[in-house]
Amino acid sequence: MIRRLVAIFLALLVVSGPALAVLPEEMLKDQALEARARALSAQLRCLQCQNQTIDDSNAEIARDIRLVVRERLMKGDSDRQVLDFVSTRYGEFVLLEPPFGLHTALLWLAPAAFLAIGLVSVAVFYRNRRNRVVEPPLSDGEKAALDALMRDD
Amino acid sequence: MMTEIGHFALVLALGVAIVQSIVPLWGLRTGDTAMMAVGRPASLVQFALVALAFAALTKAYVTSDFSVVNAVENSHSAKPLLYKFTGVWGNHEGSMLLWVLILVFFSALVAVFGRSIPRTLHAAVLSVQAWVSSAFLLFIILTSNPFVRELPAPLEGKDLNPVLQDIGLAIHPPLLYLGYVGFSVAFAFAVAALIEGRIDAAWARWVRPWTLTAWIFLTAGIAMGSYWAYYELGWGGWWYWDPVENASFMPWLAGTALLHSASVMEKRNALKIWTVLLAILTFSLSLLGTFLVRSGVLTSVHSFASDPTRGVFILTILVIFIGGALLLFAWRAGTLTRGGFFAPISREGALVFNNLILCAACAAVFVGTLYPLALEAITGQKISVGAPFFDATFGKLILPVLVAIPFGQFLAWKRGDIRAVSQRLTIAFGLAVAAVAVAWVLAPGGGSKLAPFGIGLGAWLIFGPASELAFRVRLFRAAPGDTLRRAAGLPRSAWGTMFAHMGVGVMVIGIVAVSAWQSERILVVKPGETAEIAGYSLLYKGSEARRGPNYTATVGRFEVTLAGRPVGTMESAKRLYTARRMPTTEAAILTRGFSQIYVSMGDPANGGGRTVRIYHKPFVTLIWLGALVMVFGGLLSLSDRRLRVGAPRLARRSRLRATGEAA
Repeated sequence: MIRRLVAIFLALLVVSGPALAVLPEEMLKDQALEARARALSAQLRCLQCQNQTIDDSNAEIARDIRLVVRERLMKGDSDRQVLDFVSTRYGEFVLLEPPFGLHTALLWLAPAAFLAIGLVSVAVFYRNRRNRVVEPPLSDGEKAALDALMRDD
Repeated sequence: MMTEIGHFALVLALGVAIVQSIVPLWGLRTGDTAMMAVGRPASLVQFALVALAFAALTKAYVTSDFSVVNAVENSHSAKPLLYKFTGVWGNHEGSMLLWVLILVFFSALVAVFGRSIPRTLHAAVLSVQAWVSSAFLLFIILTSNPFVRELPAPLEGKDLNPVLQDIGLAIHPPLLYLGYVGFSVAFAFAVAALIEGRIDAAWARWVRPWTLTAWIFLTAGIAMGSYWAYYELGWGGWWYWDPVENASFMPWLAGTALLHSASVMEKRNALKIWTVLLAILTFSLSLLGTFLVRSGVLTSVHSFASDPTRGVFILTILVIFIGGALLLFAWRAGTLTRGGFFAPISREGALVFNNLILCAACAAVFVGTLYPLALEAITGQKISVGAPFFDATFGKLILPVLVAIPFGQFLAWKRGDIRAVSQRLTIAFGLAVAAVAVAWVLAPGGGSKLAPFGIGLGAWLIFGPASELAFRVRLFRAAPGDTLRRAAGLPRSAWGTMFAHMGVGVMVIGIVAVSAWQSERILVVKPGETAEIAGYSLLYKGSEARRGPNYTATVGRFEVTLAGRPVGTMESAKRLYTARRMPTTEAAILTRGFSQIYVSMGDPANGGGRTVRIYHKPFVTLIWLGALVMVFGGLLSLSDRRLRVGAPRLARRSRLRATGEAA
């Protein structure tokens, strides 16, 4: 927490400009386009700050990227094209969702791999148990006795 | 003078910790009971010494003794008294001291309340606790000493980072530390069990209250931090998947899994080896969190590499403790006997499923948090792993376990009947479907089409756990008096389970609603102008300058009306803290039912007027209320006689009763 605050603090020192993220004058008249711009902004990080989207950040660079996004949208780019454009220009670091590639394969596959390992372990665990302990199911007589007990309770 | 006493006490505490690390274990080896008994007084003395050191540092802050460097860096004579106290842990050195204080506090509690624990186990536990405190005391003394003096002393301090001058953040670190440092007790019990090579159901009964205590604090601490970020950072977000947040969330996930597996172990003497491993992993994640936050590695891998003293030190502690514990586990786990049989469809099976999913989800958070650091360190490539990654992985992984909660609570131990359970859940399912329908009809346009199902899931998690209790007390099936008698006879832990699970449901509803249906306006307002949001009108009355003790503020006033009727006034402010020339945003929040209106002030706009960001956040408070309900459930459980620290003798009877009712 403290680290993050220090980072925020540093980021605040760096900027002298407006202190409120997205500004009204930046916003597009076309509401559908602006909505797309906002959605895209949530996937782009401010390069200077620590883990802030460009929408939340008041750094100059975040503002630059916000404007670039809107400019591309005005030119008719698709969402994918905008993200590609921004990441070519500012580097992959700008994307909050890292694209799948050789260098991120491990990252993207790890959660599924962990789940798979877990599932296999649990399956093996149950198998070993079954082989080890053979516990016969209750006979009808035992079941009846048990039911009688439960009713008493 | 007091500062020197504090410094001396800290060094002395290290000495005591080292004695406590070795002597009781030596006694365990040689069978010398007198040596084993050293752990108890040593823990108490260690706690007294660290508390004295902490008091000494606090005194430097409260009396504004600016010959102490740490106070100069983080305090100011004009700072409000409350923040003079809380500023003690608003910095690296002080927060590490708090960390150790809480660690030795837990050791002292174990020393005092652990009388029912077998002497040998007790001795080993206190020794292991002292290993951890020795390591961290050494860390403080060698790399992060808060008692360093500087003469001549400056006249004034540099003040505490203004973002930290807030009651929410003042109590956030202690809660969080009580949480993840609390898991050290489970760790110490696990390592002690491995050293002894003996473990049984009683072990789980001793460990559970400590784990539960830590879990309660961690839950409260994370929720508090989330609410603080929500109102203080001015962006209205409640969770950012920030590495620092993840650092506390990972131990929470593992700790939650540990609570559940320990209950299997306690009731059925099964999953012993796994529970021990999980106890080790949970505290390892706490240590990892401490490393991430304290080493500077998060700010930049490079800044870590350029000044590695602290980082490398903690990393060494991390490697020794985690590596050592896991090695010990690999070596000794085979000596622990295996537990009883159960079918996959059973209460135990459900809890195994809970553990599987929680651990996979925790692993996803782990990888997402550490991968960018590792990649940069190895190849130099910089990538960001943000919310979209965690939503795609954690978000999907966690769903099945949420859906399964009501089933798990209903299933019988050993061998469950899924069809009977489904029948008993019919009403809850019907109510959940009704909730989906209601959400579908009432939902404002624009949100996700899936959102109503999210609301349904929340309702399922509220009515499902409630049905189980209703079934057990034979609600509407027996005479009201009989039902009441049964309700009173249920163990408190049963109520605790229900509330904790319902809390998750409440939280799910809040998360879904605010994610899908929040509305936002960003605009420039001039005095006398009105902004509309979600049916509310906010009339901007203009702004005025105010002075606080150590800041100046510009306060904007809004009068809020709903359909012409006034519902309140909101004051949103921008503050400038004089010592650091640093601005902060104080959002104005108006709570209406479970929803909130949130106003964040910007700077004056070019053509006159002021930029403001206004949100309507439907049901947002349910996120934190849900966490409170979970905490309440935890407290109820903790007050159960069976779990109460130091009362295991009475456990047998209530346990029999509990299993009888459950079957």
